Amino acid sequence: MATLIELPLDTYKGPVSPDWCPGCGDYGVLRSVQEAAGKNGVAPKDLLIVSGIGCSSNLPGFIHAYGIHSLHGRAVPVATGAHLANTDLKVVITGGDGDGYGIGIGHLLHAMRRNLDVTYVVMDNQIYGLTTGQASPTTSKGHVTKSTPVGNAETPLNPLALAIASGATYVARGFSGEAKLLTDLIAGGIAHKGFALIDVFSPCVTYNKINTYPFFKERVYKLEDENWEPNDFHKSLTKAYEWGDRIPLGVIYKTDQPTYEDSEAIFKKGALVKQPLEIDKKVFAELIEEMV
Amino acid sequence: MQEVTIGIAGAAGDGLDKSGDTLAKICGRLGLFVYAYNSYQSIIRGGHIWLKLRVGDKKVLNHGDRLTVLIALNQDSLERHASEVDEGGAIVFNGDRLKCDPALVRKGVQVLPIPIAELTAEVVKTHGALAPVMQNTIALGAALALSKLGLEEANQVLQDTFGHKGEKVVGLNQSVLKIGYDYANKECESVTTDWTFSKKKRPFLTGNEAIAIAAYAAGCKFYSAYPMTPASSILHWMSTNSRKTGIVVKQGEDELAVINMAIGAGIAGARSMCATAGGGFALMTEAMGMAGIMEVPVVAVEVQRGGPSTGLPTKTEQADLYQVYGASQGEYPRLIVCPRDIEDAYACTVEAFNMADKYQLPVTIMSDLLLSEHHEHVDQADMPAEVKVDRGEIVKEWSEDQGKFKRFQFTESGISPRALPGTANTIFTNASDDHDEESILISDMFTSPPVRRKIMEKRMRKVDNMLKELAPPKLEGGPADADVTIVCWGSTAGVVSEAVEMLNANGVKANFLCIKYIYPFHAKEVTEILSKAKKKISVEVNFTSQMARYLRSETGIAMDAHINKYDGEPFEPKEVMNLVKEKLAAKPINLDVTEADAKELAYHYLRTHSFEKLRPIKMVREAANGHGEPTWNIELAERVSGKKGGSMKVGVRTGATYSFVKDTE
Repeated sequence: MATLIELPLDTYKGPVSPDWCPGCGDYGVLRSVQEAAGKNGVAPKDLLIVSGIGCSSNLPGFIHAYGIHSLHGRAVPVATGAHLANTDLKVVITGGDGDGYGIGIGHLLHAMRRNLDVTYVVMDNQIYGLTTGQASPTTSKGHVTKSTPVGNAETPLNPLALAIASGATYVARGFSGEAKLLTDLIAGGIAHKGFALIDVFSPCVTYNKINTYPFFKERVYKLEDENWEPNDFHKSLTKAYEWGDRIPLGVIYKTDQPTYEDSEAIFKKGALVKQPLEIDKKVFAELIEEMV
Repeated sequence: MQEVTIGIAGAAGDGLDKSGDTLAKICGRLGLFVYAYNSYQSIIRGGHIWLKLRVGDKKVLNHGDRLTVLIALNQDSLERHASEVDEGGAIVFNGDRLKCDPALVRKGVQVLPIPIAELTAEVVKTHGALAPVMQNTIALGAALALSKLGLEEANQVLQDTFGHKGEKVVGLNQSVLKIGYDYANKECESVTTDWTFSKKKRPFLTGNEAIAIAAYAAGCKFYSAYPMTPASSILHWMSTNSRKTGIVVKQGEDELAVINMAIGAGIAGARSMCATAGGGFALMTEAMGMAGIMEVPVVAVEVQRGGPSTGLPTKTEQADLYQVYGASQGEYPRLIVCPRDIEDAYACTVEAFNMADKYQLPVTIMSDLLLSEHHEHVDQADMPAEVKVDRGEIVKEWSEDQGKFKRFQFTESGISPRALPGTANTIFTNASDDHDEESILISDMFTSPPVRRKIMEKRMRKVDNMLKELAPPKLEGGPADADVTIVCWGSTAGVVSEAVEMLNANGVKANFLCIKYIYPFHAKEVTEILSKAKKKISVEVNFTSQMARYLRSETGIAMDAHINKYDGEPFEPKEVMNLVKEKLAAKPINLDVTEADAKELAYHYLRTHSFEKLRPIKMVREAANGHGEPTWNIELAERVSGKKGGSMKVGVRTGATYSFVKDTE
């Protein structure tokens, strides 16, 4: 096995500076994604960042790596196709809670169930920021937003519990106010063989006045400080529901399971894009013969 | 062309598709051509299935409008199709169970009730009771005799089909087949003359299979799909043969996933394809625009079925032209192509991959249920293993000395150098927001009207350049100065070409124009052709003459008349010829319920109201009766006894059921 050579942060300096609001949690996530890629020694040319639409989905434009800035909610299937076509790429999906847990939730559940070997970093700010402040799938109950003037009537979705239940094999929660931990969590996700979901509290300083930096700073604690073992499905599922005065950060659940790619014999011959385009004339003749 | 048409009718689950396969295989090995159309319903068992095999010694272009031999597997089928059998033809059925009403049989048609129990008594003694499906084999034997197809190839096909089950099963099938064969030879005259068998073998396949195997030949590496009739058989072929072809097949959670996966694979550099029906394509439209603005090669197959909404899942239609043309918000370069037959579907699919790669855009292949699901014998030469592969401008290497790589470089051709993720020094982000040459977004921070103008023009230039490569449509089938020009598209061409041949043989100088490329469109060439044409009539399997409207928008030329069909069934040649003649005589459109329609409406009512013991026997038109429209007064009889069983009235104009009276016993 080749030795891992870590790459410095400026390897991934993007062509354009982010245009997020000053103080946006996404700055920290961008930096952690870059550091995590560096820690895994993934060269920019072999890194593919795929996003949907939303403030946080602009991330691929701000990092020096191949990027796909796709449609709202469709980052996961686009990433799935790109990954299956070239399994030599490291695919990191980035986006927000509206993109991933709202319009794109169907794709997410199925990608986790397939245990694709990709990493998904969700910048969860519990609000729609780009569209100027409507309720999102993770907006807390009672929260007054532009679309819920008398308070959000809906129960927020629990992404961690969903991920564990759906078959994701690396489920973690980070906070952009905890930079080092966040980098480690994303790096762990990239290194993990299988589907990694990292839900990150990434406060929207403009449109979410409830789930702010102080809100999280008062409540979060690190699982690593409490000798948490993330390998028990049921305990992890319970842990995923911990909320209120104490909110856990870290790897909630981790397990080693065969990936979707393991089940596909065609990949044994290497990445699809590197396989020859020419067909085997004998196979073709056989397939025609079956129709005679 | 020497030809016979053999129809097999029964319920789903009767195994008639197997009988059809066997018959087609036999014909194919003899060197004959078959065009098979299955008018089926989307249920596993029950319901009415009507499989027609038109067999000819030359290439057969459509399912035709004849019926030489009817094999009826149940009473309902016998009643519904007996009257369609042509003079000189024959009706074959299980005489132990079914009865054929002589009133339904045309003059000169032979009726062959097979006394199955009596004929198979000996076989039953040695093999035990026969499976119900064996009556199909006996009927098939009879059809072979009537059609002069012999037993030799048939026995070989049975050997190949049942060989894996052992010699006993093969022997049983062969002897049962011979029983039907000998009985028909003894009891009936043949329905055709002796054939000359070329014995040239040809593959027998559907349009969907042609698309799938063409994708393989063209180097497709990734196929995604969500099951939807009538596109599913592409998925089945792809999945079944995935290990052999090396194509990764991914069933998505929905069509949104499917197209987005295919686009992702396209960006990564794999030749990718997906397929769906009209409803699924509706979910794909946003992503089609994304492929357009991102300049991603991807092939999407859209198979039309009866719409709108769930519509008629297992029936054919050509009513998605505007959906596909209008797919996605905004404007973007793409190719929309409509193959007309199986050979064309093969060629179009190969071309689709090349155009997608060369011009870096999405290609939609529009098929329809008839093209996608009917089986046909095709010359192997029309499905070559060796096909042209043009991957376009892919940058394999880029050194920093060459300057910054510009993925969307403004070029004369509109085509920019394409780099695949994984390549050094060509890093870029492929964005669905509009962008500049270097893929920096111009949607937010860096808005720039001139950049937007130039990137739009760059993308759209590809359209004009692509058009130059596509073969323009031509007049076919008759003299250039014909009195009438039929305009059609897709699978309807197969019917129209024969209708035009009939028209010319009947003293009407006719030709036809089949439109294949929808976008880009050969506006200049088509305008030139249509402006010289005398009378122009569109023939389309839809209600609103979508192609005619499209042609009017692109050429300013309107059709003189439209012929439409929207009942779920494809056109037939004679039907088109007659309608063209009516249009030429300026006969007004008559949408009234015909006598045949009235009979079908009665069957429908009886079936859906559980009065299947009755059947319509007589239809009389009544002019005035207080319902505000004339009616068909339908007399109903009991199927078994033939006694009068009731009556019903159906509106001639609206088709409304006004009354239903069941006689009490």
